[in-house]
Formats: sequence, structure tokens, C-alpha cells
Amino acid sequence: MLTIHYFASVREAVKRSKEELELPENVANIGDLIEHLLLLHPHFEAIFQDDRKILIAVNQTVVDKSQALDPGDEIAFFPPMTGG
Amino acid sequence: MISVQSEDFSLEQEYQKLRTEAGDAGAIVTFTGIVRKLYDGSGDTSGTAETDTLYLEHYPGMTETSLANIVSAAEKKWALLAVRVIHRVGELKPKEQIVFVGTASGHRQDAFDAAQFIMDFLKSRAPFWKKQSAGKDSHWVDARVSDAEALARWQDS
Repeated sequence: MLTIHYFASVREAVKRSKEELELPENVANIGDLIEHLLLLHPHFEAIFQDDRKILIAVNQTVVDKSQALDPGDEIAFFPPMTGG
Repeated sequence: MISVQSEDFSLEQEYQKLRTEAGDAGAIVTFTGIVRKLYDGSGDTSGTAETDTLYLEHYPGMTETSLANIVSAAEKKWALLAVRVIHRVGELKPKEQIVFVGTASGHRQDAFDAAQFIMDFLKSRAPFWKKQSAGKDSHWVDARVSDAEALARWQDS
């Protein structure tokens, strides 16, 4: 089971903070997962169409779209960080 | 050494803890970040609303790991005797303390440089997000180009 977290402006745009789903057979990496999520939730398009608005973490480390996925991974989508 | 908390902190208490932990330190540098009323998100203050509330969201777990990694990187670059990082989350008002970085070292340059390094990385490499509210309006604060530039200066060193 993949756990997907959404934070800040991304959380508000996709209207959820978390979801869980079985790793689909045709999803090998983050890029594939985003395509899959867009099919499941068409309203994700607005936020996912612009790569500059989204950072991706797998198991709490920032990665790019080519990152391979394993069942059980914790994934997060969020905007560029603004701490301090 | 690292705290992510909603509560405020006492500069005096944190400084005394650093003094105790650092043993024979010759220098302690402390930085405190404060919530501003006038928020210049783009570096342009004209026409910007005054902040009533600043809401800090974070990614529990990854936040602490990211801060620990930043502190470890600083400890590899400089001879530090003690480091303390506090970042507040939740709702904050203007003039409240939001972030604290304290560094202790034998001589001042290591403590100064490490404190700047930790702050520069904390701003754009630790998963915190600010939402600014003014009256009925609220918006997520955009990442600043100047913060990315502040980070870039450490790439060569």
C-alpha cells in the first residue's frame, strides 16, 4: 500500500491531505504515479501541470519524477518550502 | 538539539543551555527570526497587506530529519561545540518569535558561518510552509528567489 501525503497549497488544491492506494501494476516510478493520479482525480491537473509548483518526496527524501517506487513507500507532494 | 514546536522559546534559556553544552566555547552566535507585520513576499513592499496571522504547516517526521541533516552538514564543515535549532509551527502573530538557531564554537568565525548556513538551508530545504492571512484574505507565501540565491553561495564552499 502506498501512502500519499499532500501539504500546504498542494493539499488545498487536491482537496485532501492523505490517501492510500495499492501500487498499480503499470506504475514504476513517480512520473507514472502522477499520470495515474490524474486519471483518478482530474482536478489534480491544475496543480500538477506546472512542475515548478510541486516538489516530491519518497520516504521523506526529495526526489525527481524518475524515482522508482516500491509497495509500502511513503510519498509526498508539496510546494517549494518557505520556512524560517 | 532540534525542536519543532508550537510553544514560544526563551532566548536566555537557550543561550544558557548552549553555554553549558558547549564547554570551552569561545563564541556563541544566536539568531532569532521574528514574524513581520509587513510581509514583502516578492521583495516589493508596495501594496502588500499587513499580516494578521502567519500559519506554519510542516511535514512531521521529514521536518526533523531534514533539520538533523542540515545540522550534520554544518558540523562536518565547521568545528562546532553545540548547535540548537527551534522552529515553531501553527498560528503565529506579528512580532512573535518563529525560529531560533544557536551555534557554539572555539572561535567566532565557525559559529557565525554555521548559523548562516543552517538558516539558509532551513528556509528552502526543510518542509515548512507559510500561509499569510490579512483580514479575510489568505495566501500561501511563494518561495523567494533571494532564498535560493542564499543557498547557492554555499555550493562552492
